[in-house]
Amino acid sequence: MSEITKEQVLHVAHLARLAITDEEAEKMTKELDAIIGYAELLNELDTDNVEPTTHVLDLKNVMREDEARKWIDREDALKNAPDQKNGQFRVPSILD
Amino acid sequence: MSLFDYTLKELQEKLHNKEITVTDLVDASYARIKEVDDEVKAFLTLDEENARAAAKELDEQGGDNPLFGIPIGIKDNIVTKGLRTTCASKFLDNFTDPLYDATVVSKLKDKKTVTIGKLNMDEFAMGSSNENSAYFTTRNPWNTDYVPGGSSGASAAAVAAGEVFFSLGSDTGGSIREPAAFCGVVGLKPTYGLVSRFGLVAFASSLDQIGPMTRTVEDNAHLLQAIVGHDEMDSTSADVEIPNYTEALKQDVKGLRIAVPSEYLGEGVSDEVRESIKAALKVYEDLGATWEEVSLPHSRYAVAAYYLLSSSEASANLARFDGVRYGVRSTEAENMVDVFKYSRRDGFGEEVKRRIMLGTFALSSGYYDAYYKKAQKARTLIKNDFDKVFEDYDVIVGPTTPTPAFKVGEKVEDPLTMYATDILTIPVNLAGVPGISLPCGFSSEGLPIGLQIIGKHFDEATIYRAAHAFEQATDHHKQKPALGGVKG
Repeated sequence: MSEITKEQVLHVAHLARLAITDEEAEKMTKELDAIIGYAELLNELDTDNVEPTTHVLDLKNVMREDEARKWIDREDALKNAPDQKNGQFRVPSILD
Repeated sequence: MSLFDYTLKELQEKLHNKEITVTDLVDASYARIKEVDDEVKAFLTLDEENARAAAKELDEQGGDNPLFGIPIGIKDNIVTKGLRTTCASKFLDNFTDPLYDATVVSKLKDKKTVTIGKLNMDEFAMGSSNENSAYFTTRNPWNTDYVPGGSSGASAAAVAAGEVFFSLGSDTGGSIREPAAFCGVVGLKPTYGLVSRFGLVAFASSLDQIGPMTRTVEDNAHLLQAIVGHDEMDSTSADVEIPNYTEALKQDVKGLRIAVPSEYLGEGVSDEVRESIKAALKVYEDLGATWEEVSLPHSRYAVAAYYLLSSSEASANLARFDGVRYGVRSTEAENMVDVFKYSRRDGFGEEVKRRIMLGTFALSSGYYDAYYKKAQKARTLIKNDFDKVFEDYDVIVGPTTPTPAFKVGEKVEDPLTMYATDILTIPVNLAGVPGISLPCGFSSEGLPIGLQIIGKHFDEATIYRAAHAFEQATDHHKQKPALGGVKG
């Protein structure tokens, strides 16, 4: 079924926020096609009446009081940042 | 004989009798690292100054618990406050000052272990050979032409090489058990939810577990005991009663019902590995256990389901690496989207990008049902296989890997061949059950072979009991690699 195209790869790379070169896109097209092709092995399985498993344990929502707690202060939160100014993370402008 | 050839119990006696000090243990660790780590290449970051200061303090304070003063190595995807944590990725090359300790690290600090340094791995835990580290490839201490396994390859190698007494690894599809098998050590992947994942840099959140890597089963049980338990910082951590794991070792295996899946001894499994497992089953027979062949019929679908699910989860988890709050930012970018795109291009290695792409594809509009949801349904079938076998048996036994360690470079060009390395460990993660690997023999090339024992949910005690009985009846775990010119 699958025939991954280079256009698809470029689209997925954009969704994943990954800059890739044309050359990389071509290599990735082949690799993804092979992996997806292999994954189609799953089509042998009749799963019409099978529930999907997201987690193996019976998980319940964990609730707690909505109270502010001390965690890390602003100075600490910023200390591993690549760029910062006036106590905030600094990034290039989002709007042109 | 090195200090690390003693068991925890023996070391505690020596500490208690003042035959040795914590400083001696820490000295032994760094001395061994200086001696052999040029060959093994296990450590990304050493914390020598702090470790020596901690040792001195512990010697003054004293203390008695099984882990007191013991040198440990930590896989580099487990966050350590103030100690560089890179996940073996260029993206986190400058992440030198993490803000908090992972829960497992806090728990070990409470037990007064001494952190020696951070251990190499496949980048973001994606890989089976350590060759995906952005820094260097850790080598197998038994033969440095061979890989140590992955992704916790250095966690296994450092223990096998006697650089640290024990280590922590993480296991998403076999990343503790496969390197444990390749390096001839004991590695346990606990039941999903038994150990808090808080502070473990997430790869695939529904599969990841932190676990102990040691030379002996008893030491493994001690280390697990120290890191388990419910944690309000991890909403998937289970609130269950914790047994005494070392107590369980005292029981023999008479009457233990062992299931051996025919799929785990079939095609792709090397003759030497198969023979070792058969010999192990003979040992169990002699110890009074019984075994029968069973089927886990959906085993052959596990690798495909796993790569779709784990990559999908990874693509979401790794979205946090955006070059804004921490990590490396591309200097080339002039607008916000390009900050993301270029930083991720520069920071991530090839395998990580491949998985992000696969996962993004599997989750993308129009493909979600065909791939992601299909894989989740396959996961249900795989889990049901295990549930069914565990209705009649106490443990499942088989090889950890189809073959012993392979050579560096042998599989690196072909992702699918590399993925198949984990064919016998992946189903365990998909089912969420616990599994251990322990040494059960050596190949003709002198490389270790691993025996995998899989248990019921939260039944680590029975796994340890079975593993300990086998270990005590054999001497594989007493073998040591020749490194640095002399044996051990």
